[in-house]
Amino acid sequence: MMRAPLSDLPLVIDQVSLEAGAARLLDRVSLTITPGPPTLIIGPNGAGKTSLLRLCMGLVGPSAGRVTWGGRTERAPERRAMVFQRPVMLRRSAAANVGYALAQAGVPRSSRAARGAELLERVGLADLAGRPARRLSGGEQQRLALARALARKPEILLLDEPTASLDPAASRSVEEIILMAAQSGIKIVMASHDLGQVRRLAGDVIFMLRGTVHEQGTASDFLETPVTPEAAAFLRGDLVI
Amino acid sequence: MRVGVWSMALIGLLGVTLAGAPATAEDRSIVVASTTSTQDSGLFGYLLPLFKAKTGIDVKVIAQGTGQALDTARRGDADVVFVHAKSQEEKFLAEGFGVKRFDVMYNDFVLIGPNSDPAGIRGQDIETALKAIQAKAAPFVSRGDRSGTHAAELALWKLAGIDLESAKGPWYREIGQGMGAALNTASAMDAYVLSDRGTWISFRNRADLAIVVEGDKRLFNQYGVMLVNPEKHPQVKKDLGQAFVDWLISSEGQTAIAGYKIDGQQLFFPDAEKKGS
Amino acid sequence: MSDQLSAWQLILGGDPTLFAIVRLSLAVSLVAVVLAALIGMPLGALLALTRFHGRSVLIVLLNALMGLPPVVAGLAVYLLLSRSGPLGALGILFTPAAMVVAQTILIIPIVAAPTRQTIEDLWGEYRDELSAMGVGPGGRMMTLLWDARFSLLTAVLAGFGRAAAEVGAVMIVGGNIAGFTRTMTTTIALETSKGDLPLALGLGLILVAIVIAINAAVWGTRIWAERRVG
Repeated sequence: MMRAPLSDLPLVIDQVSLEAGAARLLDRVSLTITPGPPTLIIGPNGAGKTSLLRLCMGLVGPSAGRVTWGGRTERAPERRAMVFQRPVMLRRSAAANVGYALAQAGVPRSSRAARGAELLERVGLADLAGRPARRLSGGEQQRLALARALARKPEILLLDEPTASLDPAASRSVEEIILMAAQSGIKIVMASHDLGQVRRLAGDVIFMLRGTVHEQGTASDFLETPVTPEAAAFLRGDLVI
Repeated sequence: MRVGVWSMALIGLLGVTLAGAPATAEDRSIVVASTTSTQDSGLFGYLLPLFKAKTGIDVKVIAQGTGQALDTARRGDADVVFVHAKSQEEKFLAEGFGVKRFDVMYNDFVLIGPNSDPAGIRGQDIETALKAIQAKAAPFVSRGDRSGTHAAELALWKLAGIDLESAKGPWYREIGQGMGAALNTASAMDAYVLSDRGTWISFRNRADLAIVVEGDKRLFNQYGVMLVNPEKHPQVKKDLGQAFVDWLISSEGQTAIAGYKIDGQQLFFPDAEKKGS
Repeated sequence: MSDQLSAWQLILGGDPTLFAIVRLSLAVSLVAVVLAALIGMPLGALLALTRFHGRSVLIVLLNALMGLPPVVAGLAVYLLLSRSGPLGALGILFTPAAMVVAQTILIIPIVAAPTRQTIEDLWGEYRDELSAMGVGPGGRMMTLLWDARFSLLTAVLAGFGRAAAEVGAVMIVGGNIAGFTRTMTTTIALETSKGDLPLALGLGLILVAIVIAINAAVWGTRIWAERRVG
């Protein structure tokens, strides 16, 4: 590819609604993602966090409204990558999984081995390169998924509750990688259920409720002084319906 | 690379298999459509190596019932037909599908039945025997497959004055298969069946069956050979096919036919005249 | 084949006719199953991954064709390859090539139908990841087929089993010509019609033993491979 890679930022979501059958997953959401510190998306289950992320990734298109990436409406994922809560490992070795991601990202065959080794090193899986990916532990698989995502040299890295199924030690190593990615300039957009994680990672917070963006702000503002009663209730740990 | 090895193995396998594919200029072989009685009796196993040794021609025999063999030839899928139903052969000739018909050999039909002989026909002539079978509704297996034997069987029922269509009942079992299958079925059902002597002599699963009627002049079974007409089907190998026809009716071929024996018994009797019709 | 000998004696004695027959049977069925896999797997995957009018009808048809009677397949191929038929000029009727064609047609649905189901199920699982990695339609098909390879192997084995076992198709298009198109199954049919039931049964057992051996070999390979790549 000879042309300069296009930018996916700013990611503008303009009055977007998302319907699936009779259910309204997102209801007139407007949002802009710009370069900067990590944006964490929080809210009760069913609030629309996953739907919002999938929309941002381009896996699904809006039923109403518009999504643009760097001003473009085509959904092909140029400079963004996503990590899912339960990653799907290809039936091959860890190194081959990363190699696959590199190939899909257009990296020429001659450079794949080196870049792959570098990525595995970055996520701490260098020793397990030859291991069948499906036999890695949950934490290792999530780190491999991150390596695959980073293979694309993304501008935006979307993550859907990546540590939800992991034990604390595994969660810590995953968070470290995410922080390093953020520090290298990648925009992190991440759904989380864990307020501690929000405190550790967030620059901005988006609080979702019933398919809408109920409140948003910088992490410190939101966490210390939430504006809406529902946000306050959520932060207290109440069930918000 | 593993993939490469597998590809080579596959190509090798394909080559081995398809070695039989489209005839090349040097391919000296012909396809002969013949009957199950000549195959099942083992005659071809005996004759063809002799023919090949003399001429270097490979004869590929497709063994079907006479009717099916003639149809195969009509479609142009055989070079020579070698069957035993004269009226069907003459029709084939009249339609222009054959060049010339030659008598080659004969044997006879025999009526086979269980040793217990429920219809009580042992030693009778064929006409009386069939009438008794029908009268007593004794189980009878018919080839039912438009073969030469089937045609002969139908002609014999007619000769005995029996209208099969109305006389048919559960006792008459049409199986639509070859002679071997018919004998197997008769053996399992303790039924009567008309067979050519050649197949009977070489048949191994006799159980309780034996010959009950034989020697009747009307049980004569004539075999004829024809080259398929190259005017109808240009790809017929007429020179090689003619060589086979010629050999069958030559004294060498005729002697060979007479020489085929099982347990000391001769199965087929050469009777070529060379004039043909 | 020598008369008066049992099937066991033929094997021990290394009877060349028997070995030629076994070789032909395996060659025809193996080539047919490979061709059927090369055609049937992409076909099944394509059907799994695309949407179009009449797709359900096609799926039902494909599933139904798994039960295509071999003799019907043989008859259809015979009419195609007959000199009086459209492809008669090929001149492959009554040769092993025709037998391969008939068996390939027979096996394609047996490979394609389960492939379609497996790939469709797998796509549900892989969809988000592959879309997130920007994998195009061709890439999806190859990736899913490769990841499903162990399950698909079972479909291929089913196809091979069907091919090795059938007699209707090879009898009609091959003609059961001695020394040329005679396979294990047509030989068993022939020996049965000659009344030599013990020999026919013996040959049948040999055929079953060979198919079991092949299945065992494939299973072993699968276990070994799974250990290496999960």
